Amino acid sequence: MTLRIPRRGLAQAFALIVILMIDRAVSPQFFNLHLQDGRLFGSVIDVLNRGTPVALLSLGMVLVIATGGIDLSVGAVMAIAGATAASLADTHSLPVVIGSALAVGLACGLWNGILVAVLRIQPIVATLILMVAGRGIAQLITEGRIVTFTSPDLVWMGNGAVLGLPTPIVIAIGMLLLTGAVVRGTALGLLIEATGGNARASELSGVGTRAMILSVYVWCGICAALAGVIAAADIMGADANNAGLWLELDAILAVVIGGTSLFGGRFSLVLAVAGALIIQAMNTGILLSGYPPELNLLVKAVVVLAVLLAQSPRLGDLSRFTARWRRSKP
Amino acid sequence: MKASTSVAITAAVLVAGFALCALQFPNIASTRVVANLLTDNAFLGIVAAGMTFVIISGGIDLSVGSVIGFTTVFVALAVERWGIPPFAAFALVLVLCALFGAAMGAVIHVFDLPPFIVTLAGMFLARGISFLLSTESIPITAPIYSAVSDFAIRLPGGGRLTAIAIAMLAILVLSALLLHLTRFGANVYALGGSRTATALMGIPVGSMTIRIYMLSSVLAGLAGIVFSFYTAAGYSLSAVGVELDTIAAVVIGGTLLTGGQGSVIGTFLGVLIQGMIQTYINFDGTLSSWWTKIATGVLLFVFIALQQGLMALARRSSVKPAGVKPVGVST
Repeated sequence: MTLRIPRRGLAQAFALIVILMIDRAVSPQFFNLHLQDGRLFGSVIDVLNRGTPVALLSLGMVLVIATGGIDLSVGAVMAIAGATAASLADTHSLPVVIGSALAVGLACGLWNGILVAVLRIQPIVATLILMVAGRGIAQLITEGRIVTFTSPDLVWMGNGAVLGLPTPIVIAIGMLLLTGAVVRGTALGLLIEATGGNARASELSGVGTRAMILSVYVWCGICAALAGVIAAADIMGADANNAGLWLELDAILAVVIGGTSLFGGRFSLVLAVAGALIIQAMNTGILLSGYPPELNLLVKAVVVLAVLLAQSPRLGDLSRFTARWRRSKP
Repeated sequence: MKASTSVAITAAVLVAGFALCALQFPNIASTRVVANLLTDNAFLGIVAAGMTFVIISGGIDLSVGSVIGFTTVFVALAVERWGIPPFAAFALVLVLCALFGAAMGAVIHVFDLPPFIVTLAGMFLARGISFLLSTESIPITAPIYSAVSDFAIRLPGGGRLTAIAIAMLAILVLSALLLHLTRFGANVYALGGSRTATALMGIPVGSMTIRIYMLSSVLAGLAGIVFSFYTAAGYSLSAVGVELDTIAAVVIGGTLLTGGQGSVIGTFLGVLIQGMIQTYINFDGTLSSWWTKIATGVLLFVFIALQQGLMALARRSSVKPAGVKPVGVST
């Protein structure tokens, strides 16, 4: 256990460093930082800042995937939460705005969780419902317009700075620490992994698997809502059609790059966030290099395939193969 | 028995919904509207037929929307810029799609990876390639295009059954025959029921998987060709999100996402229900298009809950095997 994490992290750390070095080669000023108006600027900060929404999503997603599930609705939840925050921003105080957005995320997560844990619907299908309907709901909230706001408090959430670091980065670090403290500081993480490893065995040994599954979807909803608020604050408006569009795929990709098996049973929060940063570092690198941004999707596809093949049971180590084999469908 | 129940329920919903629509807007019940509905959803019907095979076999194909986008761009470029005759371009693009699908199926089988994530990579790849080909919308002016869009069978009541609607109906009939009457179709059901048991029965699981994804990609390519006839253009951003509409249509049509059960006719009804919602919203005029998404979501939920209820009933009525209780989390 103590050996496993650093060994598992090696590939991701290596990948991140290689991509950052390529970025550095493409753009010599990549690592330059300068302080302006009490906020740090630079490409590295930009990677962190732009990577925040996917990093937040992957924090929730990694727990869901650890239970053997998947949440396709996070992009739609982002849109709903962003729409909620934007429509309340100019008339209510910041705590109320964030509180309501998070409450909306919690409600969405609860809906997904109930479908999966109580009604026992397959996670892909259960969350597909909200993925399809969610953008409609978001448009209902914004009444089909792009709602803009000027509230300086909410704008600060996306564009402000704390001790020189952009606020989104600080929020993401805070969420990482909070999630880490809750799931790794207690036995919760182990119980989540147990649920994903073998739900029936866990249930027989007294793990409240339903409560575990319910709570990871709720947490995923809350993380998605926070990402939605930040995305809305960033552009000072809520676009129900495009906010968080396809980010669920990036979040899943981040989790997969982070070495978490899609079959559940184990996870790493830090590596999932590292996965999000790898994706963002690639995006930024392609932009900096002057290649058309259309290349992004191709590069992503190649990376997914490479990661998948590296993780493939047929190519991977024997222990992973047997773990997968034991869990394979009856 | 159960499968026919699901299809019957879907059909009942379609009939009831159509009756409600017709009650409110009598003009909906005309061949003109129905024929338009078929034309507007022709590409969806074709791609949904392929998705039905994939889902019954226990897989999923997220790449179909991107394959449609790729096909439209490729055909437009081939016909307009490279001077390839349209039919040669169609053949070429279908071969490319078949290779693409076969590659995805091979990766899924050989490396034992979840179809969800492999086809996700396929989705990025196909969309990325179409972006690289061209990011602008290319109008197609080949004479065959205007000839095909002019062709239609006149129905009593003023409806025009267009060529692409006929193509969809023909492909659905062929798919239904393939699924329900051939050995290939029976193997698809077997795969969805249990992969291990299928392999033990001596069915070549690997080549089946490859052929199923090949079929899905080829049908997505055909849908792309139909889409290019529908819009008379090729655009790399066309059919974004169609994979979701397709999966929704298949599920509403009574196909189990866990595999092993479903039918092409159900999928066709699912496509029609989605088209009906769209038509209703167009007729109403005051409702915005986002209600389509909400209504589809609600329908999805209702049908999935229904399936779950039916399955629970079936479990209760059948004899329980000793000591084995299905755990719902990953089923």
